[in-house]
Amino acid sequence: MAADSALLVSLVEEFVSGLQDSKANDTATGVQAKQFTILQLVEALGPSLTSTTPHTRARGVQLLSQVIQQCYGDLSESEVEVLIAFYENRLKDHYVITPFVLQGLKALTKRSLLPTGSAVSMLRSLFQDVHVQSLMLAERASVYNMLLNLMESREAELKGLGADFVFGFVQSMDGERDPRNLVLAFQIAKNIIHRGYELGKFAEELFEVTSCYFPVDFSPPPNDPHGITQEMLILSLRAVLTGTPRFAEFLLPLIIEKLDSDIQSAKIDSLQTLTACMSTYEHKDLAEFLSGLWTSIRREVFQTASERVESAGLAAVTALTSCLSRSILSSDSEDSLKTFLDVVLKDCQHHLCEPDLKLVWPSAKLLQAASSASYRASHIVAAVVIPGLVEQYNSRTQCAHRRTILEVMQGFIHTVKNTSQSADDGESVLLAHRDALCAVVFSALSENSSDLQVTSMRVLSALGQQTGLLSESDVERAVDHLNRLILEEDDSSVSVSVIVCAESLSRLHPTAFITKMVPTLKQEIFSESMVQGEDGTPSNESSQHAVRQRCVSALAAVSTQPSVVQESAPVLLEVLSSAHTGSGGFSVEEVVAVCFSLQRIADQTLDSEETGRFFYDIIIPRLLTLTLQAALQGEGSSGHRSPLVEEAVLSAMVGVISTACAKLQPELAGKMASRVVSLFLEDDVSFLSDDSLPPHIQLLKQGESWSRSQMVCLLMACVCSLPRNVEVPQVERLMEQLEELSITCSHVLSYTSAAKCYAGLVNKRPAGESLNALIQRSTRRVSSELDSPASPQRTQAFTLLLWLAKGLLLRYHPLSTALTDKLFSLLGDPELGPLAGDCFSLLMSDSADVLNRGCHADVRIMYRQRFFTENSAKLLQGFNSAASDTKSSYLKALSHLVSSLPKEVQLTELPALLSLLLEALSCPDQGVQLSTLSCLEPVLMEPPPALIQQLEALVTRLLALTCSSTMTVRIASLRCLHAMSRFPEHEVIPLRARVLQALAKPLDDKKRLVRSEAVLARAEWFLLGSPGGR
Amino acid sequence: MVGHKSAFMLENANPLIFQRSGARLLTSSDEDEDVHDPIDDREIFDILYLHLIRSINDPEHPLSLEELNVVEQDRVQVNDADSTVGIEFTPTIPHCSMATLIGLSIKVKLLRSLPHRFKIDVHITPGTHASEDAVNKQLADKERVAAALENSQLLEVVNQCLSTKSP
Repeated sequence: MAADSALLVSLVEEFVSGLQDSKANDTATGVQAKQFTILQLVEALGPSLTSTTPHTRARGVQLLSQVIQQCYGDLSESEVEVLIAFYENRLKDHYVITPFVLQGLKALTKRSLLPTGSAVSMLRSLFQDVHVQSLMLAERASVYNMLLNLMESREAELKGLGADFVFGFVQSMDGERDPRNLVLAFQIAKNIIHRGYELGKFAEELFEVTSCYFPVDFSPPPNDPHGITQEMLILSLRAVLTGTPRFAEFLLPLIIEKLDSDIQSAKIDSLQTLTACMSTYEHKDLAEFLSGLWTSIRREVFQTASERVESAGLAAVTALTSCLSRSILSSDSEDSLKTFLDVVLKDCQHHLCEPDLKLVWPSAKLLQAASSASYRASHIVAAVVIPGLVEQYNSRTQCAHRRTILEVMQGFIHTVKNTSQSADDGESVLLAHRDALCAVVFSALSENSSDLQVTSMRVLSALGQQTGLLSESDVERAVDHLNRLILEEDDSSVSVSVIVCAESLSRLHPTAFITKMVPTLKQEIFSESMVQGEDGTPSNESSQHAVRQRCVSALAAVSTQPSVVQESAPVLLEVLSSAHTGSGGFSVEEVVAVCFSLQRIADQTLDSEETGRFFYDIIIPRLLTLTLQAALQGEGSSGHRSPLVEEAVLSAMVGVISTACAKLQPELAGKMASRVVSLFLEDDVSFLSDDSLPPHIQLLKQGESWSRSQMVCLLMACVCSLPRNVEVPQVERLMEQLEELSITCSHVLSYTSAAKCYAGLVNKRPAGESLNALIQRSTRRVSSELDSPASPQRTQAFTLLLWLAKGLLLRYHPLSTALTDKLFSLLGDPELGPLAGDCFSLLMSDSADVLNRGCHADVRIMYRQRFFTENSAKLLQGFNSAASDTKSSYLKALSHLVSSLPKEVQLTELPALLSLLLEALSCPDQGVQLSTLSCLEPVLMEPPPALIQQLEALVTRLLALTCSSTMTVRIASLRCLHAMSRFPEHEVIPLRARVLQALAKPLDDKKRLVRSEAVLARAEWFLLGSPGGR
Repeated sequence: MVGHKSAFMLENANPLIFQRSGARLLTSSDEDEDVHDPIDDREIFDILYLHLIRSINDPEHPLSLEELNVVEQDRVQVNDADSTVGIEFTPTIPHCSMATLIGLSIKVKLLRSLPHRFKIDVHITPGTHASEDAVNKQLADKERVAAALENSQLLEVVNQCLSTKSP
């Protein structure tokens, strides 16, 4: 014990007189380890604390405070009481001591338990003895932190101080300038307001002392060391200013004043602050400022050029209106909402009727903002505005004006919609105007102008989205109009809008589409004039084709509800079967379009069980039956060839089946898989609705018939898009046969599809021994084919290798490396080299029909980067050692790899690859040129130093490519040259004359698209280094 | 060329007032390698409209030449086969002091953007400027145009007009 006290004395001595700061930590450790108590420390400090030199006293207090900072939690209540009394007393001492006193007090306030009354006495002496704003930054922060700590732990006690607390705080923060401290001070002010401290007569003072910072104008120092942003200050100040209605009488005039400011951010801040306070204010708070506020907001919205000011202004109008809507009507007071809206209407409505429609948009937006605030506001505004607009529409004759009126109407319908949904009482605001609005819409739909038609369809969709607004007969009339537009209107913008409008209406009103649209479109598709297309002129024929196209896409678009799908999909299937039998004169493109429509239906409706079953029961079996019939028929007769054996049609059908199978409900998906697998493996045709099919179709034993073997793509569409947890039955046997087919078949679509299907299955197989064995078996087989140069099946083996590699690469399977290495080695193969170079594009891009995320494939993120990092060195090495005639395959592979990478990665990899890329630019293959240019262009925007060193070579090659025979290459090279004009001036100025001269030639290119790129590039090079240029 | 229009114009005013024909639509023949697209009026207009007219601003006036209709498509005549281009531009007021500068900028822009084979004729729409003949003569004189561009101060102003600003 004696030793401890001697130690303590020496520690104190060394800290106070020896000025060794580290002794504070040692002392604190001693206290924590209970070697000595805090009171013993105070005793030991006695001589220093009573010293006559203020600096010694300060040093003593500093030691005490630093110790307390570390062990304030271990102190007993009586010790705390003594310490607080000591510190309070010290606040009266010399100013050099104050910082350390505050430090100590701040540490003590961190305790959750303080003696009763101590908070009040601490604050009283603080407010009385310390002038906060003459302290240094850190000490001021200590004061604010103290207040914050006490507000957390001793709220009741502080509130006992009454308004004195607020007054003390106001005095402390008055004049604060540092943003770090302001964040703290605003936090205290916010607590005062939001936690119900008594403001007493100091409300105005508190407002003054905070509002002097409004609107906040602060730009952080360049390196932003404190992480304080203007946004942060704005939001914390806003929370203070808008926190209580008691500030209303001060804040609202201030906002009106600041809205006059020339600074845009001040306007925006003012408007946003206004919007924020409306949630706490009531009518009485803002009554006297209402007209001033409205005048200012209106002026801003009318005059501003900035969208941000406009939208802030509109939000403020909505907030004001909704604040007024909340005010409760008493019998004797006037209806403040009505009064306000009357003013708004008076100021805005006449602009909707001006002959030149000048201020129509800002006025309409203001009215819409007001109307969107509440149900009642909507009612009041709509009652005046909608009849006015209807009348305007009818009295105008110019199309452009009518269109503007319609657009304004559409805006109102949308804003009204938002509110009437949230109001639980009453009917739709627009119900009273329904007939007038419908009349306008239908009259506009019958006009000849495509602008009017398009806009009126938007209005129609807006009306249709409101439940219960359109009556059945209105919808039927609308559908009649849409039918007419689909059949008669060639304008592309109209056709697009018809489809969009029909789709949105069909969601709420499927019946009208089932009874009126589907039959009409069906009739048109199968109409006589279509069938006898031969006697028509070519233009007539193409327009008939276009009509059919529109009908088919409209059928898909309106199939938003299961009930519509039940009607529309059979029509599409009927087209496929008559195309198969040859009646109806359907072209291959039309059949493909039908498949796309079916795919769209699958995409948009398969979330419902009902449609899932429909696809499972009807659509997919029907598709399979038809293609099977077509395949079998194709072999026998030499006459009519069904379009369903065409590759384009099959690919489109793959899309339908794959989209459907990817979205089927798990149970149905499982059943689908076993049906399809038994069809392909066991010739089980029982689920197909055709008894005439022969018993042994043997789709996977290719034999001599390509039309049968190519159906394997439909197998792929089904089994490769199922969710990963759906088990494919007999998968081992299936894969064995697929492998066989992919190697031995000679028909391209058949062996490619078999390889893709195989890869798609491998990608989803669980990892483990059996998968590894399977991969190794296939690898051996592929290698043995590839290694015998005389084998007739090398291309097939290569295709399987490629797809297998892709399937494994996507999931980071360890065995993928062996396969991709094999691909790299084939780059030097004289026969397969070019093919191998191209295959890297396939390896790196998403394929549409298999092995993508849509078909639930196992695709790891960033597999491209990973593959690149692991293999770029191999590629470079291969290139350097390759014979000159195979170098282009390496370049091809490289440019595909690099262009698939994200830009950031490209930039870091570029220096190492630059010389190779420049080489690629002079490679004769246009595909290589194009993909190299496309990966160079973004890099040229921020040229790395490595590139600058190669400027001469780069320019020479790019200029040569501006005369390429392929227009896309010419365009891409001109874009690169354009980008080069932004290089550092001193680097490129020597090239200027040469580039300008060379660019004169593409100015006379035969393609306009090339010329316009040349004009852009040459203009920039002219400005380079010229006075006033850049 | 100052304010004979109201000085107060709203950017979000009704778009109909300044409705323009939109960007040239891309047709399938534009992308067909084998089709030869002749240089036409619209192309020249687009060169001027996109890269020149939109960016010239009167310093004291919020409107750009675009809104004042200084160049209109139907005042552009191109003959690709004969290699001639004729442009008429319309100064906003008869005493517009910038007429020569606008004319020069148009001329320079076309010299930089068209193949050498073209003969470029830029002149003022007849009857729209007080010193029409003088300006036309100046613009037609090769020597004087070349001399003007030797003047670095003038070149600086022209280049500023021709700098594409980000929209």
